[in-house]
Amino acid sequence: MAYTEEELKKELETKEYEYGFYTDIESETFPVGLNEDIVVAISRKKEEPEWMTEWRLEAFKAWKEMDEPEWANVQYAKPDFQAISYYSAPNSKPKYDSLDEVDPELLDTFKRLGISLDEQKKLAGVAVDIVIDSVSVATTFKKTLAEKGIIFCSISEAIKEHPELVKKYIGSIVPQKDNFYAALNSAVFSDGSFCYIPKGVRCPMELSTYFRINQAGTGQFERTLVIADEGSYVSYLEGCTAPSRDENQLHAAVVELIALDDAEIKYSTVQNWFPGGKDGVGGVFNFVTKRGLCEKNAKISWTQVETGSAVTWKYPSCILKGDNSIGEFYSIAVTNNYQQADTGTKMIHIGKNTRSTIISKGISAGKSQNSYRGLVQVNSRAKNARNFSQCDSLLMGNECGAHTFPYIEVKNKTAQIEHEATTSKIGEDQIFYCNQRGIETEKAIALIVNGFSKEVLNKLPMEFAVEAQKLLEISLEGSVG
Amino acid sequence: MDLKDKLISSFMAFENNVDIDSPVHDQRSEAIKNFEEKGFPSKKEEAWKYTSLNSLQKIDFSIFPKEADALDYKDVKKYFINEIDTYKIVFVDGIYSSFLSETTHDGVDICLMSSALTKPMYKQVIDVYFNKIASKDESLTTLNTAFSREGAYIYIPKSKMPKKPIEIVHFSTGNEASLLLQPRNLIIAEENAELQVIERHQSLTENEVLTNSVTEIFAAKNAIVDYYKVQNDLSTASLVDNTYVNQKDDSVVKVHTFSFGGKLTRNNLNFFQNGEHIDSIMKGVTILGEKQHVDHHTLVHHIQPNCESHQDYKGIYGENSTGVFNGKIIVDKIAQKTNAFQQNNNILVSDKATINTKPQLEIFADDVKCSHGCTIGQLDDDALFYLQTRGIPKKEARALMMYAFANNVLESVRIPELKTRINKLIAKKLGVNLGFDL
Repeated sequence: MAYTEEELKKELETKEYEYGFYTDIESETFPVGLNEDIVVAISRKKEEPEWMTEWRLEAFKAWKEMDEPEWANVQYAKPDFQAISYYSAPNSKPKYDSLDEVDPELLDTFKRLGISLDEQKKLAGVAVDIVIDSVSVATTFKKTLAEKGIIFCSISEAIKEHPELVKKYIGSIVPQKDNFYAALNSAVFSDGSFCYIPKGVRCPMELSTYFRINQAGTGQFERTLVIADEGSYVSYLEGCTAPSRDENQLHAAVVELIALDDAEIKYSTVQNWFPGGKDGVGGVFNFVTKRGLCEKNAKISWTQVETGSAVTWKYPSCILKGDNSIGEFYSIAVTNNYQQADTGTKMIHIGKNTRSTIISKGISAGKSQNSYRGLVQVNSRAKNARNFSQCDSLLMGNECGAHTFPYIEVKNKTAQIEHEATTSKIGEDQIFYCNQRGIETEKAIALIVNGFSKEVLNKLPMEFAVEAQKLLEISLEGSVG
Repeated sequence: MDLKDKLISSFMAFENNVDIDSPVHDQRSEAIKNFEEKGFPSKKEEAWKYTSLNSLQKIDFSIFPKEADALDYKDVKKYFINEIDTYKIVFVDGIYSSFLSETTHDGVDICLMSSALTKPMYKQVIDVYFNKIASKDESLTTLNTAFSREGAYIYIPKSKMPKKPIEIVHFSTGNEASLLLQPRNLIIAEENAELQVIERHQSLTENEVLTNSVTEIFAAKNAIVDYYKVQNDLSTASLVDNTYVNQKDDSVVKVHTFSFGGKLTRNNLNFFQNGEHIDSIMKGVTILGEKQHVDHHTLVHHIQPNCESHQDYKGIYGENSTGVFNGKIIVDKIAQKTNAFQQNNNILVSDKATINTKPQLEIFADDVKCSHGCTIGQLDDDALFYLQTRGIPKKEARALMMYAFANNVLESVRIPELKTRINKLIAKKLGVNLGFDL
């Protein structure tokens, strides 16, 4: 081999976060701190109607009464909520009609991330609603979508233009008082995406949003609302990268999915926020509430690849309310260095003949801690509910930890639940075999990890799968041991 | 006055009653302090999320029972494994019954906790072992420690084995309207020693009983301990069983728990592997009916490398019963080459039954094989139909399938007479007679 393992390890340890750069765009930022005035100011700034301002204030009131949750298996210095600026918007013109008008520096940022807009437009056929520091700056393919009656815009736009839809559904799945971070998000959310697929429409392309946290010291509070009307289908992609920063940044998003009768939503996430340095300094706190509601015969499928963030606290869930509805959760969570992830899902079976599948792959390396926490609940009237869960953990090195906390609560005798979990390490003979075939250890690990994660990677849309595979490799670099 | 206050105020009276100069006096005082601080566990605590002790706390339990009339052996014979000869340590309403017991000091000590705690000749052993692995902050364990006075004391010296199995039986006579019992057992198997214990709690009338039992088991190098818990009490009896097992190199400890009776049963089974090449085995069969609640909490802490643990719990839940299984495996950083397996299979046979299960792994070492599996389902209709086509009535066919389901737990019972007894209990619980033993 060209290098010894030691050398390789050293080189990789010093490798800096690839996407760690900072775009210098003039921003308009609110003073730090949080009080009712700030909440009202955010609402005014976004020219929101009165009911929305009230809704935010109600959430803020609830939030003040709440304590930060401590049950998760993660340890971190709690963020100071009074030291965060709750609004920051790029200072250029608020909306662009074509890419030419966009700040060239911003476009450059995207290029470096490998998500050049025009390339995506041409090749991938993806409509991208880019969110940079909380305000949507570009929406593409809007026209094509509009022809089908699909609404895909920023949530602030939706509040102004489709208040009836927003009013009906916002907070219906994740109420303002749901939990500490959801309440905070409800009070101060700055922007996010809104998507409505009308009855019987199959969305012709993958809808996608890229999030980045850019301005130093700003928390990002996204709010996503996806509504799939009866018999419709949509595949929604969400990808995240954030520049390297030394202080912890807070991200508390809320995602609500509503799949009405016979509708299907596929929601895929690739999360690669700054995980903190190799000594555990900095990194993003990712405290997200994601939940979907399935009506009759509806299906919601969550796929996530979590490689970033210093602390992740995330449980995309499905409420299987309608009969014959289906919930799926496919997840890969990779932690390295000092990263901590506590993630999993909740499948609440309420309707008859509901089915759910959970496949969770956890990979821990370095000094990281990776937890799976899930709940499968079968209510007494949920006849013939079916669940299959599988949580596999892969450990690399003897300083990391893998944990599983699966809760299973069943109140109906016709339920069939299977749960299995395994923990193991990469076999020495597997690596030896690869070495023997001329594949160096680092590559061999990537290969084996890819094989381990294949069940989940396969569920990702094509364009994402390639990126996700690359991410897996990047995040595990330096964990040979 | 609620139960907690009653217990705390009774502590003084209790202390005066027993020997204040006893070496465990400090441990008792420490323990009552902890209990005073923590009180009874509430559903807000993660470990007690699915089991509530609220209704029990409303009952005015007698803490110091009056001495009951002597029981006649022929009346209680059926509660013993009477087909074989055994050592017996028998308590009636918490008080040792010399008439029903058969203890020994012949090479091994099979006797009473009360004498071990007070007699100077046992002081050395008590100093080394008593209250050493029992939790010092779990509130019910400390409550037991505070009131620890009576129970079984078993000491098997190096390379010894008692001639016959040991039965520990607690009867409650119903002399008191409601009775709180707190037995405390200490079982020590020295190097190469081997023993078999069968423990049973039995109420003789339908008066309310709550037993809060603590058992400490120490298995030294190469020791083998087989412990069987038969929980088939009346529907007015509740049991909180806290068992702590400490294992040294190459030892094997097996704990079988058969839960068929009782109103509320909570088993806290904790294994600590303080050595290498240890095998820890936990098995259980739970069959529940009307309004019963059983909560199995297991913990295996893999502290040293090259050890194994096996857990296999089967549950059949009928009527409006509730079953809980919470198995936790912790593998420490240095405990490489650990093999830890956990299996929990459940069958719900009633619409009103509930099962909550949480198999939990916390792993800090990389070269390990850990797995857990958990299933909840019902009997296979096709198999049931097949048996019916062969002329087996539906009820018996169902029972047969349930037998088969529970069988790999029964298989590892090493006392044949006990196995037969448990088969009979299962048949009775399922309301069938299959005319054969498995």
